[in-house]
Amino acid sequence: MNLTIEVNNNKLSAQKGDTILDVLSRNGMGVPTLCHMKGLFPTGSCRMCVVEVEGRKNLVTACSEPVNDGMKIMTHSSRVIESRKTIVELLLSNHPDDCLYCERNGNCELQKLSEDLNIRERRISGQKNNYRLDVSSASIVRDPAKCILCGRCVRVCDEIEGVSAIEFVGRGSKTFIDTSFNHGLNLSSCVNCGQCIMVCPTGALKEKSHIAETKDNLSDPNKTVIIQYAPSISVTLAEEFGFKPGQNIIGIMNAALRRIGFDYVFDTSFSADLTIMEEASELVHRVKNGGKLPMVTSCCPGWVKFAEEFHQDMIDNLSTCKSPQQMMGAIIKSYFAQSEGIDPEKIYSVSVMPCTAKKFEQQREEMTQNGISDVDAVLTTRELARLIRLHGIDIHKLEPEIADSTLGTRSSAGKIFGASGGVMEAAVRTAHYLITGKEMVKFQVRGVRGLEGRKEAKVQIGELEVGVAVVSGLKNASMLMDEIRNGRDDIHFIEVMACPGGCINGGGQPIGADEEAIKARMTTLYDIDEKDAIKVSHKNPYIVELYDKFLGKPLGHKSHELLHTHYQKREVK
Amino acid sequence: MTSSIQEILNKYPNAGHDSLIPILQQVQEHMGYLSEESVVEVGKYLNMPTSKIFGVATFYNQFRFNAPGKFHVQVCRGTACHVLGSATVLNEIEKNLKIKAGQTTKDKMFSLEVVACIGACGLAPVISINGEFHAKVTSETIKTIFDSYRNREVVS
Repeated sequence: MNLTIEVNNNKLSAQKGDTILDVLSRNGMGVPTLCHMKGLFPTGSCRMCVVEVEGRKNLVTACSEPVNDGMKIMTHSSRVIESRKTIVELLLSNHPDDCLYCERNGNCELQKLSEDLNIRERRISGQKNNYRLDVSSASIVRDPAKCILCGRCVRVCDEIEGVSAIEFVGRGSKTFIDTSFNHGLNLSSCVNCGQCIMVCPTGALKEKSHIAETKDNLSDPNKTVIIQYAPSISVTLAEEFGFKPGQNIIGIMNAALRRIGFDYVFDTSFSADLTIMEEASELVHRVKNGGKLPMVTSCCPGWVKFAEEFHQDMIDNLSTCKSPQQMMGAIIKSYFAQSEGIDPEKIYSVSVMPCTAKKFEQQREEMTQNGISDVDAVLTTRELARLIRLHGIDIHKLEPEIADSTLGTRSSAGKIFGASGGVMEAAVRTAHYLITGKEMVKFQVRGVRGLEGRKEAKVQIGELEVGVAVVSGLKNASMLMDEIRNGRDDIHFIEVMACPGGCINGGGQPIGADEEAIKARMTTLYDIDEKDAIKVSHKNPYIVELYDKFLGKPLGHKSHELLHTHYQKREVK
Repeated sequence: MTSSIQEILNKYPNAGHDSLIPILQQVQEHMGYLSEESVVEVGKYLNMPTSKIFGVATFYNQFRFNAPGKFHVQVCRGTACHVLGSATVLNEIEKNLKIKAGQTTKDKMFSLEVVACIGACGLAPVISINGEFHAKVTSETIKTIFDSYRNREVVS
């Protein structure tokens, strides 16, 4: 049913069931929001989006109020502005005044609101928040003093990820966000996905930085410092430097990394190819030998920890493959160190990941060889941008360079790992070859592409019809696992990513990207795949060489030693 | 202890999230506080994350998370007591016992709780220790009161 409403004396058409905010956003008429999260049920708790509605005594929250025909709305009357301003002034009254030192300086919603509402003096002074920093987690640092209690982290953790590691604790002016029994994130069910950081309007949540360690090692003449970057980094880093979303700056990034001083620049997409070799072989092995099915991917460390906590009965369904980050780490300190004659202990191996959970994964005790960790430091996309700025590098002036060839050449199958469905598609391409001895006619599994939280497809591989499912957002994963538990048996292979849409929307990516930006990142990945000559991991010449010279064959003895892992059940408190 | 929590839970077959508070109340009545283990167990039973239960329980003053001490001290913070200085009294007791409200001393002798109104406004400011009322307490009398309990412990 079509309705007409009047906003600031402009007639706008609306649909029944729209909220006021829906109509305003569609027509480019913004009202500020804080607690609002697209796609989730509105709570109307922050009251930033209040508007004046004719005939209503009180101001109305635009995010939660459905429109009526003939509704007359004022979005920026003096009364409305005054109310919003007071809210922000109250939020600022107990906020630490340390913007200059804050991670989110210049990219903070509270700062922006204060600026937009033209707040120029401190009218209300309150007692400053004083809470302990939570530095217990390997991935995420929480600073409740900077928290304005919008609740977005709590909601994303619960409603998107199904983890519920954090909650509002206490009451009234003493309310803050914490884990159960104030134990700190490391002892909570937190899977380190970092989606809480992505939705935090202020600097209350950030990654645990590895920049300092990386810098120390870069200036140590005895260390060979090697960097690898995940498939999605080249299509998101550009946004940190003002490029439009989806720009692929891989060549410039290679150049920048060399300017910073990294001795070798490798591409994690190469080890994504390696993951596919092992994982597709594992899938074929399980199918042929009656192994545990459906097999579930294990490259997302957020999902792995989630499964260890909440799906312990499905742990044997997880592929034993390490993630591409860890495979690259293991190969650098074995094969590469040997062939270059470098002592593995003198290698400092850094990775750039779209992910905060990778910082946790890197520290897992399983991820070591003879006491040497596979990877030594993990930087997020944001941290890499900071490192580039720290070195005064103007990326607009760099000429593109290519990565170092040994472990820096990829197929495009490894590249699409960055999007939800990419691992699945890459694995299917190689599994098809392994089973039938022939390549797929068209290297596309359309049904698993896109940003939907759940995708399913049937893939014909020779005489075998393989059921595949791709989920992102761990709540979606739980729903699928429940279906499997309840007897669903038409799915053989499942890809799970903790972050909605996959790594292109990971918890380490630039903050503030909207759905369009994430779509643009995804489109770029598939464009690269479309244009690339080598579309399958098993045709990557350097992968072939790695098996010939070093590993032997997929699932062989060396592979098991270096590239596969095991999982542990974790008690959830 | 665990099995007795199970007994409480058994009284709530097919319980939904709305049974959380009555269950927590019974657990506290039984154990004197909400232990971590009991919260985990209630969470499993109600299929609720412990963080959510902790969030609900910390919202209400009535729930405590430390085992009560031998002497359980309740400080009234009702209106009459407030007007006659119960904030100072609480402050003084916290200093004397070296704990905050909601905590228990290391020697497990005293635990401290803030309550809304004991219903003895004529005696304000009033505190109750194991049900014994102490009327019109002041910073000066607090030391005497608590020393008398400490001595009682030594004698017994």
